[in-house]
Amino acid sequence: MEFASEKKQELLSKIARSDRHGEHSLYFDGWKAYDKNPFHPTQNPDGVIQMGLAENQLCFDLIEEWIKNNPTASICTSEGVGKFKDVANFQDYHGLLEFRQAVAKFMGMVRRGKAAFDPDRIVMSGGATGASETLMFCLADPGDAFLVPSPYYPAFNRDIRWRTGVQIIPVECHSSNNFHVTLAQMESAYTKAIEANINVKGVILTNPSNPLGITLSRETLTSLLSFTSRNNLHMVCDEIYSASVFNSPAFTSISEVMQETECNPDLVHIIYSLSKDMGLPGLRVGIIYSYNDQVVNCARKMSSFGLVSSQSQHLLASMLSDEVFIEKFLEQSSRRLAKRHSRFVKGLEQDRIHCLEGNAGLFLWMDLRHLMKESTFDAEMKLWRVILEDVKLNVSPGSSFHCPEPGFFRVCFANMDDHTVEVALKRIREFVSKGNENGDDKKLLQKKHRQNLNLRLSFTSRKCDEGLMSPHQRMSPHSPVPHSPLVRART
Amino acid sequence: MRLVVPLQGIVQGRGGLIIGSLIPCALIYFLRLHLKRHRGSLAPARVSSRAESIARPDKSPYYVGLDRVSRDPFDEVDNPVGIIQLGLAENRLCLDLIEEWLCENLNGAMIGHGGDKDHLGIGGIVEYQPLDGLMELKGAMASFMTQVLGRGISFDPSRIVLTAGATPAVEILCFCLADPGNAFIVPAPYYPGFDRDMTWRTGVELIPAHCRSADNFIPSISALDQAFNQARKRGKRVRGILISNPSNPMGKLLPRETIHNLLHFAQEKNIHIISDEIFAGSIHGNEEFVSLAEILDAGEFDKNRVHIVYGLSKDLSLAGFRVGVIYSYNDDVLAAAKKLTRFSSVSAPTQRLLISLLSDTSFIERYLETNRKRIREMYDLFVGGIKELGVKYVESSGGLYCWVDMSGLIRSYSEKGELELWDKLLNVAKVNATPGSACHSIEPGWFRCCFSTLSKDNIPTVIARIRKVAEMR
Repeated sequence: MEFASEKKQELLSKIARSDRHGEHSLYFDGWKAYDKNPFHPTQNPDGVIQMGLAENQLCFDLIEEWIKNNPTASICTSEGVGKFKDVANFQDYHGLLEFRQAVAKFMGMVRRGKAAFDPDRIVMSGGATGASETLMFCLADPGDAFLVPSPYYPAFNRDIRWRTGVQIIPVECHSSNNFHVTLAQMESAYTKAIEANINVKGVILTNPSNPLGITLSRETLTSLLSFTSRNNLHMVCDEIYSASVFNSPAFTSISEVMQETECNPDLVHIIYSLSKDMGLPGLRVGIIYSYNDQVVNCARKMSSFGLVSSQSQHLLASMLSDEVFIEKFLEQSSRRLAKRHSRFVKGLEQDRIHCLEGNAGLFLWMDLRHLMKESTFDAEMKLWRVILEDVKLNVSPGSSFHCPEPGFFRVCFANMDDHTVEVALKRIREFVSKGNENGDDKKLLQKKHRQNLNLRLSFTSRKCDEGLMSPHQRMSPHSPVPHSPLVRART
Repeated sequence: MRLVVPLQGIVQGRGGLIIGSLIPCALIYFLRLHLKRHRGSLAPARVSSRAESIARPDKSPYYVGLDRVSRDPFDEVDNPVGIIQLGLAENRLCLDLIEEWLCENLNGAMIGHGGDKDHLGIGGIVEYQPLDGLMELKGAMASFMTQVLGRGISFDPSRIVLTAGATPAVEILCFCLADPGNAFIVPAPYYPGFDRDMTWRTGVELIPAHCRSADNFIPSISALDQAFNQARKRGKRVRGILISNPSNPMGKLLPRETIHNLLHFAQEKNIHIISDEIFAGSIHGNEEFVSLAEILDAGEFDKNRVHIVYGLSKDLSLAGFRVGVIYSYNDDVLAAAKKLTRFSSVSAPTQRLLISLLSDTSFIERYLETNRKRIREMYDLFVGGIKELGVKYVESSGGLYCWVDMSGLIRSYSEKGELELWDKLLNVAKVNATPGSACHSIEPGWFRCCFSTLSKDNIPTVIARIRKVAEMR
């Protein structure tokens, strides 16, 4: 018995039908282009280079070496298999004590001993994705709002809002002061929201910032923390890149600032994960660290929806408590990130492309305003399509980060090897010099625009048959490439 | 007094009007200023409404019991007077088989895939993976599900969404199928965890459809109808039925006819069916297990409304690894579930390990066979002990527990009487069994007793302790 398509739609919930999952964003469109034609140095040298995924692959060798040298940490080795039974059966949502202790110690080390973390406040979640969402479920009711400095990580739209019904109020930051968020901007956004009768529950800061790649200053954190405490607002700090800081100024965590500022600790919460700093996104380790007991209790119970695999907990309990290894890892990681960052910045400078002076994260915030004839988001999108389809680099346009000014792009640099870096820089050089030779970027963009009218990358217009993909292609996991023909989700 | 006089002055219309009105206004102004400045320090931090209730200790005997055991767990050597756990449906009977398999297959289990033998190839493990699960694991899982749910059924890997356990699988389906304020009908008694998993964050309400001992605890259409009408009267839109097969806490297998009736009912009311088949590999009796998938294969019913939940926590005892399955026949639900599972993805190394394990189909065959046998042994021993006590129970063919009728041991035939007995069992006998009221049973006196976390030697101890309470009446 077939259903008419309306009846079919009725069978789904509003959440399932909504597009608050955000996958129609250009941010994800670029990944789709990469998935269809991924670069490979020998098998597909003309493919798209993925520069839209903030992954840290620079220190895999260190992790590999550690695992090889510590066979007892894995239950899949003859030395470690004795622990298998206990580990496999362990599903207590408190998590293994050794795991929590190791995470607490690690977080303290990342903050150079300036803050100590209580293992009993460590709550697990399904990656930082799960941590952000769970924290929202704990702090806010549907319709409540959080102030978020923009530009911000695009997937917040999904993680903060989709199932929770929470709103995001962007606090626009500007190039005039290098996109640093100020107390004045925050207060102004807050006042406007209050006047519009929006129930503001708190502020979400990402520190170090994604996509800007900068650490927030102690002064900024102090003033914002005071602001939130004064107004009984929650301060949520996503510190997922806290150990990916490679230049000065050093990272200052909200956990340090709390000690020196008059504040209400019940309002302070940290989101963390091992996906970026340790380069272990596959382990799905998300952490909520809250100074509020109610939130810890509630989040812990909700962690049943996204517990970390006990196999991973067991492995990480050993790895993260190996202080000698962690010390070495953090130092090496910083060094390699600095080197990679510097190579890119220098390479781009040679083509007269400037980036925001960044000291952290796995990406650059690139300024391409000079390549656009008009300062509009339309022009930014056209430029983005040229970069994606002709230059074949998947960089992420600033508009997908809700950047208030057009012309900026986030470029990830830590998810590739040195050879790929050179290929990417070469392509950029060729693109820029071609533009200079023609002397008229507008013509190039106009030509592309005409071609692009038929090439609109849309979530539903593409069907991807997995069977046709060749073995060397690795699908980007965030890419919502459909595995079966889909009906377009309606709002 | 100094304030009252001017105020009286206003009321009586005499002089002092200005002072009488100025003073209260000034007071109010300064009070508001003070409050505004110190709002942060005076007001408590506001968490969400749901967090306020969830953060409080759960009063359900199911959770209270689990908590008590964790503080004072029985151990034959270290704590022989501790509380014996009969409240957790975990299977520890066959972990040794998997451990043995691991020892024999270590090379391929975790690292494998890509690169030469010397290179550990960890790059393929720790990177981001498709968040709804590796295609290889879906393939292996589809074959495994055929082995567990029914040999004649072929499962399509592209209809599988992998989740971090069956807990998020059920929640994700609720999010896909229902809006806040909607309802699901659940045949009762049911697994206490559903009250959390299906309602906490979804805003969905569960409406029990009561099953009776007279019907052998098989859900009847009249009970479902009653629940449906009850919902309608209260203005609640029912979006689906959630069934467990084998059922929890009774361990009954749904007969074919019942499954047909359920599918007819769902079609008639235009609602979904979620079939939680997580204990399908724990069939220890002689009855035939019939999965919803098998009935659907016959082609008679509309598949778009059927979704199966499965997981490895019970049948393979891998509760810690967090591996659950949503198997949906509805493309739209699949598409939505794939996006939602980003919040609950399976760890990549665990996926790699399972690809190896589940692909070894001859091992799996032996494992399932041995698992059934060992569960049967424990069931027989436990039931033998229960019979000695003169206590009745429901004969079951599936699950890791026994549904025991202790109504003969309670003082008053009521929920109060049942909870008094539960309390005695927990604090005097030091045995944690789950009372039926925690499972929404309307017939008092029933208890779920899980036997798969025990060793054979523990059973006489358990029976002796229960006897002590039985004789206390």
